[in-house]
Amino acid sequence: MTDYSELARALDERIAAATDLAALEAIRVEALGKSGSISELLKSLGRMSPDERREQGPLINGLRDGVAAHIARRKAALEAAELDAKLAAEQVDLSLPPPPARRGRVHPTMQVLDEMIAVFADLGFSLAEGPDIEDDFHNFTALNFPPKHPAREMHDTFWLPENERGERKLLRTHTSPVQIRTMQRLNEKLPGWIANGPPQNNGQPPIRVIVPGRTYRSDSDATHTPMFHQMEGLVIDRAIHMGHLKWTLDQFIARYFETPLVETRFRPHHFPFTEPSAEMDVKCERSGAEIKIGQGNDWLEIVGCGMVHPNVLRNCGLDPDVWQGFAFGFGIDRLGMLKYGVPDLRDMFSSDVRWLEHYGFSAFQAPNGSTGLS
Amino acid sequence: MKFTLSWLKEHLDTAADVGAVVEAMTMAGLEVEHVEDPGAKLAAFTVAKIVEAVQHPNADKLRVCQVDTKDGRLEIVCGAPNARAGLTTIYAPIGAYVPGSGVTLEARPVRGVVSNGMLCSARELEVAEESDGIVELSDDLPVGASAVEAFGLEAVIDFEVTPNRPDWLGVRGIARDLAAAGLGTLKPDPVAPVNGAFPCPIEIKVDGDACPVFGGRLIRGVRNGPSPAWLQQRLASVGLRPINALVDITNLISYDRCRPLHVYDARKLTGGVIEARLGRAGETVEALDGETYEATPDVCVIADGSGAIGLGGVMGGESTKVLEDTVDVFVECAWFEPIRTAQTGRSLGILSDAQYRFARGVDPQSVGPGLDHATQLILDLCGGEPSEVRVAGHPPAPPAAIAFDRDYVKKLSGLDVGAARIDEILTRLGFAIDGHSVTPPSWRRDVEGKADLVEEVARIEGFDSLPVEPLPEIARPVGGVLTLRQRRMRDARRLMAARGYAEAVTWSFMRRAWAELFGGGQAQLVLTNPIASDLDTMRPTALGNLIEAAARNARKGFADAALFEVGPNFRGDAPEDQWTAVTALLAPHPPKSWAKTASDPLFELKGDLLALLEELGAPTLQVVQGQNAAWWHAGRSARLQLGPKVVVAEFGELHPRILKALDADGPMLAFELNLDAIPEPKRKGIKTKPALSLSAFMPLRRDFAFVVPDATPAGDLVRPIQGADKALIADVRVFDVYEGPGVPDGMKSVAVEVLVQPREKTLTDGEIEGLSSRIVAAAEKATGAKLRS
Repeated sequence: MTDYSELARALDERIAAATDLAALEAIRVEALGKSGSISELLKSLGRMSPDERREQGPLINGLRDGVAAHIARRKAALEAAELDAKLAAEQVDLSLPPPPARRGRVHPTMQVLDEMIAVFADLGFSLAEGPDIEDDFHNFTALNFPPKHPAREMHDTFWLPENERGERKLLRTHTSPVQIRTMQRLNEKLPGWIANGPPQNNGQPPIRVIVPGRTYRSDSDATHTPMFHQMEGLVIDRAIHMGHLKWTLDQFIARYFETPLVETRFRPHHFPFTEPSAEMDVKCERSGAEIKIGQGNDWLEIVGCGMVHPNVLRNCGLDPDVWQGFAFGFGIDRLGMLKYGVPDLRDMFSSDVRWLEHYGFSAFQAPNGSTGLS
Repeated sequence: MKFTLSWLKEHLDTAADVGAVVEAMTMAGLEVEHVEDPGAKLAAFTVAKIVEAVQHPNADKLRVCQVDTKDGRLEIVCGAPNARAGLTTIYAPIGAYVPGSGVTLEARPVRGVVSNGMLCSARELEVAEESDGIVELSDDLPVGASAVEAFGLEAVIDFEVTPNRPDWLGVRGIARDLAAAGLGTLKPDPVAPVNGAFPCPIEIKVDGDACPVFGGRLIRGVRNGPSPAWLQQRLASVGLRPINALVDITNLISYDRCRPLHVYDARKLTGGVIEARLGRAGETVEALDGETYEATPDVCVIADGSGAIGLGGVMGGESTKVLEDTVDVFVECAWFEPIRTAQTGRSLGILSDAQYRFARGVDPQSVGPGLDHATQLILDLCGGEPSEVRVAGHPPAPPAAIAFDRDYVKKLSGLDVGAARIDEILTRLGFAIDGHSVTPPSWRRDVEGKADLVEEVARIEGFDSLPVEPLPEIARPVGGVLTLRQRRMRDARRLMAARGYAEAVTWSFMRRAWAELFGGGQAQLVLTNPIASDLDTMRPTALGNLIEAAARNARKGFADAALFEVGPNFRGDAPEDQWTAVTALLAPHPPKSWAKTASDPLFELKGDLLALLEELGAPTLQVVQGQNAAWWHAGRSARLQLGPKVVVAEFGELHPRILKALDADGPMLAFELNLDAIPEPKRKGIKTKPALSLSAFMPLRRDFAFVVPDATPAGDLVRPIQGADKALIADVRVFDVYEGPGVPDGMKSVAVEVLVQPREKTLTDGEIEGLSSRIVAAAEKATGAKLRS
């Protein structure tokens, strides 16, 4: 009986010592190749007597299987090591910065606009719109500003020259003309983008709309710019009274400033297009130019409002003995300045990239009812 | 308008302090601007008496005084020439801050003598502009009395009057509202008629267009001169300069009753007639402010036999003004038409107290009482003998009665007050009540209807007693509350911000010359009264403003601006001429980076534009090159069109000529997308997505290289290839463009990858071959492209 253990041991040693795939392959060819040492042994089985073969067969086949399995194991190990070595060699310096990317920003006024819409949408208001270039009728006359009345002068109106129809257009001084356009909607031919409001706002009460937009007055200092943004509100129904107005504004202010602690004060005022007219103040603390809402002992005017004047309703074809309601107007930029601590209104329109980066908002901070406004 | 608490108390019986008055005014609708307390800074200063004054041992001009003060007898060094024994004056203790000299007193020797305080001049106390020596006070004042009291200083309330309430431009009007609001009791009106001793020798005439009613009388034999201290002090307390008794009386009544008057030196009047009429061509008036004004035919003038002598309701004239030597005075008490007075003030640029009041509407019924009030004060202060009153013209009709159902208070305001309380409030405010009929007083010409009456009741009852009631529930709109345009504006701004652009909000106007560069600037859109010459024209585009903004940022050292704006542009002055654009501007200054990237930023911008269009639901648009407006770079710009006419967007590099004109360094890339040009989504209602069919068969990718003339846009190959087999071809993408060896001159090779997605079975070689031929044929037919061999 031949002993193969010496051959097996010698091959195992060499397989274990092989340090790369080429060396291992050489061993495989030497042992298991066509004329390899184990292959020769297998061939020799054919020359043996049946008894010899019965004895030697399993031994030689066992030898072959053992060596082949060892080579396979070793091969797998060498391949793994080789891959690891290759990956290790591919190391990059991950302390390097990613490619520079610009950070986009939403303008604070527009962020505040979205916040306001979120609150008012929850109170059942829809959006309405109107043009920036208005006519005297919508901006003044229909809103109960008598012709030549001093109240018109207080608006510091920007005027356009007389056009071929003999009309002198103006830049709207407030978003209130859209009250008229909303209430008159049935009677007017409007450009598609204005008429295209939500389907229920067809100009017939009940009406519950907000109107954001650009407004213009010839004025410039830290709290006035020739262009600014207002948001008008209009609610018309059969039994809407000042108590509803007060509730609506209280709701808005608490939700917008995100504190139930804001104390408000409602006091009489005068606007030609509302009667009674009011202004609402919020409690605040002033230190220098800085204003903090919700603390302190000072009052800050925050919104003008009132019950829609019967003349205005009449001017829109609504009977004031049947329909009544309220209107209000917020300065959007100003609300933003108060909430986010912007010291100078003029900076809102300066397009300074550092200012926009600092006071602007991420695209993904879309205000909504479920996450809170800010 | 300003007033003091003591003045208010002439009309209002009240124990309220300044704080309570301010609070009550605010809640009644009078907006208090601020309260100035001139006494606040004088709290430490008190009355003292000099007992002895001797020459300073070491200084000629100084005296050493023994002074009785609230702190006992003190030795004080004083440099004033009038520091003498027996003088009652003002003492400042050590530690006091002297407002007029800005120093805080310390006890230290003056030329060897320690001064234990200071004796003060009026200038040092800021109670006068100038002073000569220390204050000399009446001997009656006791030592230790406060300086505030000694000078009669009191807080001044400065408030703003809304244009509907001219009656608040008189202290009595304020007192009336405060009394109604429960702050005290309105004192009876002391004005009584004064009978004349002789007929008024001066004839009065009015032209009703200029002046509906004019009353006047002559008072002869007056002794004019400085008015008494109480009157001077009253006027000074609200910032009016005392002039002489006759003029001061008119100013007092103007502020006390909102009843402006005018006094003329009767001996300077000619022709025995005074007339209120419209100005005549060529007429001028030298007014009391020393300026000469043209009395145009829309201005109300006062004239005598010599012509125009004053501007009615606005300002008197120099030629007939009263002086200290005036002996005979003619007193005018008229009612000038508010709108004409407002226009006169504006057109002449005069803002006088009288003009302010007449423009807002003085009580037309106050002509008689005003004249009597003035007469009585003149007789009291200057003596003289009054004529009878003459009145020409008629006051306008008084406010009409209003039918007033008291339940309307609750209906409109929500305030539940009884009818008795409603009537009480209205009565206190001067309204006359007769059953359902309520007549406003003559001074409340703003009250025209029942809503005005509700306001009166609500503001006097107090807005803080209004109920707070939730809005009734209404059905929420099923499709959200935004208009389509608002929805798109919101989506656009958040997408642009997510892609790295900062949102700017720039003016809707721009410099006309720049508007013209962008196809705008038509005369119809140029403001007649711009705030600045570079903001005079409604913008045709936001591009100019964004370029300017980027250049401004670059000048500050930030040259790589990426800005966008969502806002209006204007083609004309009609509503349909306004359109909404998303405008983006990229100033490509590739930042230094260790990672080398070399892609053209123009395609980065195009990628942003296409992502935006996709987000907004725009259909596939056609790229058209070579037709952009003049402000775009001819070679590096294109439009995106829907059909042959509708331009949805323009994008590309801006023309260097434009950048140069706007003083901006280039290059700059931009796009402008017309939000209104994107068609409305077709499907409304339920937003079911079409069924998804996923093929079970492997897609194949086939590459083709076509040779086309240089001028052919590579993108032109895409659509015909897609059309070669709409069922099988899922996508076509240009992935390489090559010019050079192997491609003829003037030609380029465009490599296209076609994604083929079999739907029903795996394609045979023959079928793939057939599809390839159709692709090649389609490309050739559409563009003349040849397959590169």
